[in-house]
Amino acid sequence: MSGPSTYVPKSAIGRWFESRLPLMGLVHSSFVAYPVPRNLNYMWTFGAILSFMLVAQIVTGVVLAMHYVPSATEAFSSINHIMRDVNYGWLVRYMHTNGATLFFLACYTHMFRGIYYGSFKAPRELLWIIGVVIYFLMAATAFLGYVLPWGSMSFAGATVITNLLSAIPLVGTAITYWLWGGYAVGDPTLNRFFSLHYLLPFIIVGAVGLHVWALHVTGQNNPDGVEVKNAERDTVAFTPYATIKDVFALSVWLIIYAWLIFYIPNYVLDADNSNIANPLATPAHVVPEWYLLPFYAILRAIPNKLMGVIALFASIAILAFLPWLDRSPVKSAKYRPTYRFFFWVFVVICIGLGWLGSQEPTEGLTLIARFLTVGYFGFFLVIMPLLSFTEKTKPIPASIADAVLPKKADATAAAQA
Amino acid sequence: MIRFKSAALASAALALSFGGFALAQEEADQPKPPRQEWSFAGMFGTYDQAQLQRGFQVYREVCSNCHALSIPFRALADPDGPGYGEDQVKTLAASYQVTNAEPNDKGEIFKRPGTPADLIPRPEAYPNDQAAAAVLGKAPPDMNLLAKARKYERGFPWFVFDALPGLEYQEVGSDYIDAILNGYTKPDDPQWNLYYPGHKIAMPQPITDGAVKYTDGTAPTLSNYSKDITAFLTWAAEPNLPERKKIGLRVMLFLFVLAGLLYFTKKRVGEAAH
Repeated sequence: MSGPSTYVPKSAIGRWFESRLPLMGLVHSSFVAYPVPRNLNYMWTFGAILSFMLVAQIVTGVVLAMHYVPSATEAFSSINHIMRDVNYGWLVRYMHTNGATLFFLACYTHMFRGIYYGSFKAPRELLWIIGVVIYFLMAATAFLGYVLPWGSMSFAGATVITNLLSAIPLVGTAITYWLWGGYAVGDPTLNRFFSLHYLLPFIIVGAVGLHVWALHVTGQNNPDGVEVKNAERDTVAFTPYATIKDVFALSVWLIIYAWLIFYIPNYVLDADNSNIANPLATPAHVVPEWYLLPFYAILRAIPNKLMGVIALFASIAILAFLPWLDRSPVKSAKYRPTYRFFFWVFVVICIGLGWLGSQEPTEGLTLIARFLTVGYFGFFLVIMPLLSFTEKTKPIPASIADAVLPKKADATAAAQA
Repeated sequence: MIRFKSAALASAALALSFGGFALAQEEADQPKPPRQEWSFAGMFGTYDQAQLQRGFQVYREVCSNCHALSIPFRALADPDGPGYGEDQVKTLAASYQVTNAEPNDKGEIFKRPGTPADLIPRPEAYPNDQAAAAVLGKAPPDMNLLAKARKYERGFPWFVFDALPGLEYQEVGSDYIDAILNGYTKPDDPQWNLYYPGHKIAMPQPITDGAVKYTDGTAPTLSNYSKDITAFLTWAAEPNLPERKKIGLRVMLFLFVLAGLLYFTKKRVGEAAH
């Protein structure tokens, strides 16, 4: 899968260029000749979808930054200006705000895919950890970006989240003031958040480069979770097979994206953020955007502030330890019936936490949130290690080709009969 | 396995029934705004020009006494919006006195007749929010984004359906504004509103039957006023809605054809692999 490229350019200019900088060879070996397991399903198209979303967010973001003014007095009206007066400004902004939603939707699908099919297991531990880092950077970028319109929810969100750091013993308050650039969220905070919101996506691009590099060294995992043994039988070339499949999946994804942009553009945006930030009037009900709600629920479920903050960060950080929490030799949940059951319970727990994060905390709901928080961590810290050794797994196929080809042969026979 | 599943189901049902009980109780003293029919709803929705013009009349004669509406006069000529003629907008703008952004050569701030490029000025009685709050108790919000800045909770599972094609429901803010205007149901308490969260609203009943004389034969009723002003405010908050839906239709058609072609290409390519 790795190693020197066998690519030989057809033209003399190409050969001249290639012997000095083997750029085309890199592209060829990564996106043309690169062997992909032949049993991949549509869950493996989200890497391409995510790459597209990252580029879309950067392009629309760069355009928005041309018209946006990062100042506490001007920010809100500059967004208004983008929406009303800039040519197709409304389109670019709706692409950017709804793009965040679709970016996270694709990212969560990609992550759950990895957990279901055991994509984090050896030899893909580093690939997975880089992915966790990318996710963390995405969450940070999204939070910073949400502050920029300087609506009342932006302001309240910035206050709540930056205040979390004040829970750090001894130096917490000093760190929070340093982060704010003052004694409250204000103009300096907005300015640095804008600067960082513009910087982080490019760090994400770098991390994605490492992610893809690591992927192309180990090769992709696949629905059956058995490694490639015979490249000839088990794999097909990236181009055209994976390319056309990715492009088709992306076109379907774009239909969902366009639906959000053109028909329900305000669906995921909180109405409170159409009110200008006012330190004296906090929204009745402060909530983050949907993609951060489960973590918000975990934060609020813990009665102690410092412990809540630790649990919040731990709930993301724990993902990096999956390769060592799940020791089962079988990767794919397809051959792990008990793990598969608990995986779906875990998905329901995450959705449940998300819903709880959006609700006003009552005594009853806080109790449910505590149960689900225990469930969230329990899946990683109890179920995963326990199942590693106790689960009775189903027999896995000898190779990828064995997993796919007999089924095809049966189907052909049935069609002929 | 079955034991696990039934336990999970039972706890989910329990959680739901608790939630349902709490919701039913809340529903009784805080009704949700009734859903109205709007010309701008749905995939092909556009604004009704005559309605927006009536809505602007209501704004001018009633709302503008207290509420700012920070949109430029020229927006009123928007053919997808109220669609006033350019001359009409010029005359209208000139009938207002606006404060010039820059002082004159003597360094004095001065007022002059408005032009279509100016923002509609704030109500004269309240030069800023502080002045308004001092007199009225609470500053009346700028109405330029009001329809986007108001909502009511739809609750589970309705909020899921609200996103789906064919069922999409984006007019929560409009329905809220319309409901508030019709929610002054206690004649002895002008600041009691059926639909306002907590019922105690700072704005006393702003408009009643017959307050504005329509010239196009529309009945001068509260129900018509509230619909017209709501439609006008929705346009003010979302003036690009008709263009957005029009472009959206083309984009959707294009993407469906593209996805269809790619699907068959993919199928053809895939057949070669085996």
